[in-house]
Amino acid sequence: MTFVLVNAVYLIVAVSFIFGLKAMSSPVTAKRGIFWAGIGMAVATVTTFFIPGLHNQWLMLIALIIGGAVAVWLGRTVKMTDMPQMVAVYNGMGGGAAALIAAMEFAGGQIDRPVTAIMAVLGALIGSVAFSGSIVAFLKLQGIMKKALTLPGQNLANLVLALVVVVLGVVVVLTQNPVAVIFFFLLALLLGVVLVSPIGGADMPVVISLLNAFTGLAVGFEGYVLGNPALIIAGIVVGASGTLLTQLMAKAMNRPIRNVIFTPITGEAQAGGQIEGTMKEMSPMDAAAAMRYAEKVIIIPGYGMAVAGAQHKVWEMTKLLNDAGVEVKFAIHPVAGRMPGHMNVLLAEAGVPYDMIFDLDEINDEFAQTDVALVIGANDVVNPVARTDKNSPIYGMPILNADQAHQAIVIKRGRGAGYSGIENALFFADNTSMLYGSAQQAVADVVADLKTLL
Amino acid sequence: MIDLLYVYIFVLAALVGYEVISHVPVILHTPLMSGSNFIHGVVLVGAMYTLGHAEGPLQITLGFLAVLLGAANAAGGYVVTERMLGMFASKKKPAAQIARER
Repeated sequence: MTFVLVNAVYLIVAVSFIFGLKAMSSPVTAKRGIFWAGIGMAVATVTTFFIPGLHNQWLMLIALIIGGAVAVWLGRTVKMTDMPQMVAVYNGMGGGAAALIAAMEFAGGQIDRPVTAIMAVLGALIGSVAFSGSIVAFLKLQGIMKKALTLPGQNLANLVLALVVVVLGVVVVLTQNPVAVIFFFLLALLLGVVLVSPIGGADMPVVISLLNAFTGLAVGFEGYVLGNPALIIAGIVVGASGTLLTQLMAKAMNRPIRNVIFTPITGEAQAGGQIEGTMKEMSPMDAAAAMRYAEKVIIIPGYGMAVAGAQHKVWEMTKLLNDAGVEVKFAIHPVAGRMPGHMNVLLAEAGVPYDMIFDLDEINDEFAQTDVALVIGANDVVNPVARTDKNSPIYGMPILNADQAHQAIVIKRGRGAGYSGIENALFFADNTSMLYGSAQQAVADVVADLKTLL
Repeated sequence: MIDLLYVYIFVLAALVGYEVISHVPVILHTPLMSGSNFIHGVVLVGAMYTLGHAEGPLQITLGFLAVLLGAANAAGGYVVTERMLGMFASKKKPAAQIARER
């Protein structure tokens, strides 16, 4: 195969990626989109084997099979609730691959022009940060790394480290000294760790999205180093769209990206004002009766429902209520679950039809005419403090108006504060009752009691 | 001149990326992130190319690792995205049925 033919194929591949991505941005065509992009990727991979003058094809094949097989197996078997951390892991792999490409170019001494060296160093830096940062994000979402590590003067320390890495990068560009290259990579990896470590779990989706955009950029820069337009186009397209997506997510959470990185929510330090009132407990039977004789129930699912795997039970309960003539709707906060859209996927998995699921903007005015708002494992997204308390770290975040319903029932595992560590005023409100227990067990109890009322 | 052409590619690709997803509904944010995660898995091609030119144990080891990671990015990204989007398509029918039953 000639270089011209190979490059022609790469161009077609790049076009398939762009059309694939475009199709993936609409629910109607999304499945087609990933299929097209997948074909493009397969064609690109096969074509690369036939580039003239390449060696080590057997090693390529072995690495391809091992890496691909492990990833496919993990991707197939992992639970839907754990999807966000899988995205983080695979993103980190891509960043690591981009950084390794740069490392090999430096090791081989093939970089002869300053522009190429600059691009290689930029790609290496961004790729390394994306790699180690994604691994930290994975460890946090997986619950292996629990505490938000914040050093005194963290931002200053990060800034100094970043400056040192940049200076080392300049040294690498100018001299390609092997010792400088090694330290450059080590410190770039460290930078990714210290940047992501202090960030709390609630902000993680934005961070993963940002790291995803980073990997795209790194791939684009290494594409320049290798003179491969497919890598440049795909990488830069992802870099740009990933940046936009990050902004959209941050906006949905009302957390400017700047704040996510430099002033992480850590909870205890910013407990905010004291909340008046007491929490009232209710039994599953009371909850079942309240909903059975309601006209309209809005269910607000949160991550607590998803980890407990309660969505199937919730759907069973919904069908029972429907049979009893109760109108049931689901209200999804933009950041319910761990990522925007995550909760929709989890509900869809359980069989909840799309016409019962509503966005915050669509449903928020309906709470005032709703008999029961059932909050299952959600916390910050229904905290009225976001509307009232200027000192609260979540002040200004759009919330679901569960407190405006005639009655709010909150299913919650225990009395403690939520994921971000902020007390929730809704739980103490007069018209709120708490149903303690894991979402799975609590909803199962309610379902059992509902059946006796039908 | 060649470099200038690369600048063209960079700028145009950035604009395309921005344009392509500017009107995306919130429910697709996560699948789309996963989908773009898959697309930068094309780094696999670059890794294969570099391994193809690698000489000596150090470069070959680095190259092998790069292909391994790139393959994981591409394959894993595809599977995860397909699984997420599968939730959207396969449940359309039951939804319609439920609407009819009611």
